[in-house]
Amino acid sequence: MQTDLQPPRLSLVDLGRVASVGLRTRRVRAALSALGIAIGVAAIVAVLGLSASSQAGLLAEIDKLGTNLLTVTNGQSPLGQPAELPLAAPRMIRRVGPVTQVQYTGSTSANAYRSPLIPSIDTNGLSVQAASLGLPHAVGTRLAHGSYLNAATARQSVAVLGAQAAGLLGIDRIYPGERIWLGGMWFYLVGILKPAVLAPEIDDSVLVGFPAAKHYLGFDRHATTVYVRSVTGQTAAVQSVLGATADPEAPGDVDVSQPSAALTARADAQGALNSLFLGLGAISLLVGAVGVANIMLIGVLERRNEIGLRRSLGATKGQIRTQFLTEAILLALLGGAAGIAAGAISTVVYASTKHWTAIIPVTAWAGGLAAAILIGAIAGLLPAIRAARLSPTEALRTV
Amino acid sequence: MTAEVPVLELERVTKTYGSDPPIPALQGVSFSITAGELVAVLGPSGSGKSTLLHLMGTLERPTSGRVAITGLDVAELEDQQLAAVRATRIGFVFQQFFLAEHSSLLDNVADGLLYANVPATERREQAADALTSVGLGARMKARPTQLSGGQRQRVAIARALVGAPAIVLADEPTGNLDSTTGEQIMALIDELNAEGATIVLITHEHAVAARCPRRIQLLDGRVTSDTIA
Repeated sequence: MQTDLQPPRLSLVDLGRVASVGLRTRRVRAALSALGIAIGVAAIVAVLGLSASSQAGLLAEIDKLGTNLLTVTNGQSPLGQPAELPLAAPRMIRRVGPVTQVQYTGSTSANAYRSPLIPSIDTNGLSVQAASLGLPHAVGTRLAHGSYLNAATARQSVAVLGAQAAGLLGIDRIYPGERIWLGGMWFYLVGILKPAVLAPEIDDSVLVGFPAAKHYLGFDRHATTVYVRSVTGQTAAVQSVLGATADPEAPGDVDVSQPSAALTARADAQGALNSLFLGLGAISLLVGAVGVANIMLIGVLERRNEIGLRRSLGATKGQIRTQFLTEAILLALLGGAAGIAAGAISTVVYASTKHWTAIIPVTAWAGGLAAAILIGAIAGLLPAIRAARLSPTEALRTV
Repeated sequence: MTAEVPVLELERVTKTYGSDPPIPALQGVSFSITAGELVAVLGPSGSGKSTLLHLMGTLERPTSGRVAITGLDVAELEDQQLAAVRATRIGFVFQQFFLAEHSSLLDNVADGLLYANVPATERREQAADALTSVGLGARMKARPTQLSGGQRQRVAIARALVGAPAIVLADEPTGNLDSTTGEQIMALIDELNAEGATIVLITHEHAVAARCPRRIQLLDGRVTSDTIA
């Protein structure tokens, strides 16, 4: 006789049905109380997703531009004077075995203006650089408009604008006969470059040919920056010999750097701002948890009769507790799922406008889901204990 | 096991609430109910009817005295075992019906077996039978909100009867119904009793009690009369 008095057990299906009663019958309330958790999880997923996507985008860009570009610039002499690269530096560098491309620019003292009517003090910070003929390809940029310098135009009063220089001069397209006032004479424009991510110093430069710079601007033909592409994998070896190759007499006066290294560092540093937004997401989760706990407590009060009925139908205290705890977890889980969806969608949308590959790290969505479950459990604990403690006779009393 | 074990036994049962000062709700109540009886517990409000219902339904334990359901002494059972007793041996009918408005009649009745270790398909089959026996076999998919008060009480009665409990405790089952509907519910209770169900009616209406073969009169926490017609 005693044996069939085993405490009854609910199957998972029955538990799911019983625990979702409150959600199914009070949908708007459930949705609103899950909203806080949804917003928190969405913020966390979006922050992690966006930073991962932008990092991946940056790394992809670096990959596309190549990590094998090195720049050689004139540094300072031991006396603090600006050093000068020898005239033969580009030629010497080209002789280094793994080097595949050598291009260079030389700073002139000239300034460029939209017209002779512009006061000479308004230089816009633009520099005029003599540039070799394969420069855009070596630094990984292309022409936005028109054409680049060639062997013929490099000898003439012809200029090409860097991306930013064009903007500062107010020029956004190339038409025949367009010219700028450069070094006290008219130079005809033939092209505008796209931004050079690895060599941003070119962006605010006005480029002219070396022969033209010498002829019209009195340029001394000394290169100031040499752009060196080498066989990928031997970049470090090349980097170590570039100083001595460029200026055998004073290798210390030469600065050698790898522009992609700076970008990689920037990609790594991208996570720094995240902690702020993650903190905001966590606060939102906390507020959401309070909301869920509040709604669950109200639900327990409102559903006293249901609790009493279930106890009279044979539910144990434990089953009542499990029911309300599961309901809170279910509620938080719904919010978490909605938040993950919202965070993922916003990541995908934003990444696509930036032409990045959208990446939602596993830690982001799995962490968001785990946080939601945990919050549901914590928020549901007190209401569930209250529901279970309610005496059946108290619960059956009608007000 | 002998057939003569009473379905419900109360021996010198007392129940007091609070301690300063203690308020006695029941004082030395004794009676027993055997299978197949239809009993009315009659008393005015404050006579201890609700307390008695809770004690008979194992929702509360007596302060002293013995309560046994089908021979099982409530004092010897753990809370969880009492829950199992309620799930398998006791059916409740409440004045306010307490139906889940968003569930179908079938699901409402099937929930009567939810905590009784009965597989879901079987619960539904038994629920369909119980609904048929209270005359609502054709409306199993309906919601309680689509029903009249009398029909709702029929659903609640079906929920109490599903799984054939040893005893059905009905607390003012006609209290929320007009007299005609109440009469129909009483007729249904008569019919179910005739089919073998043991039913205890708690009521303050003499008219309701008068229909029952046995009447236990309660006043100020004591049984003042126990008559069999």
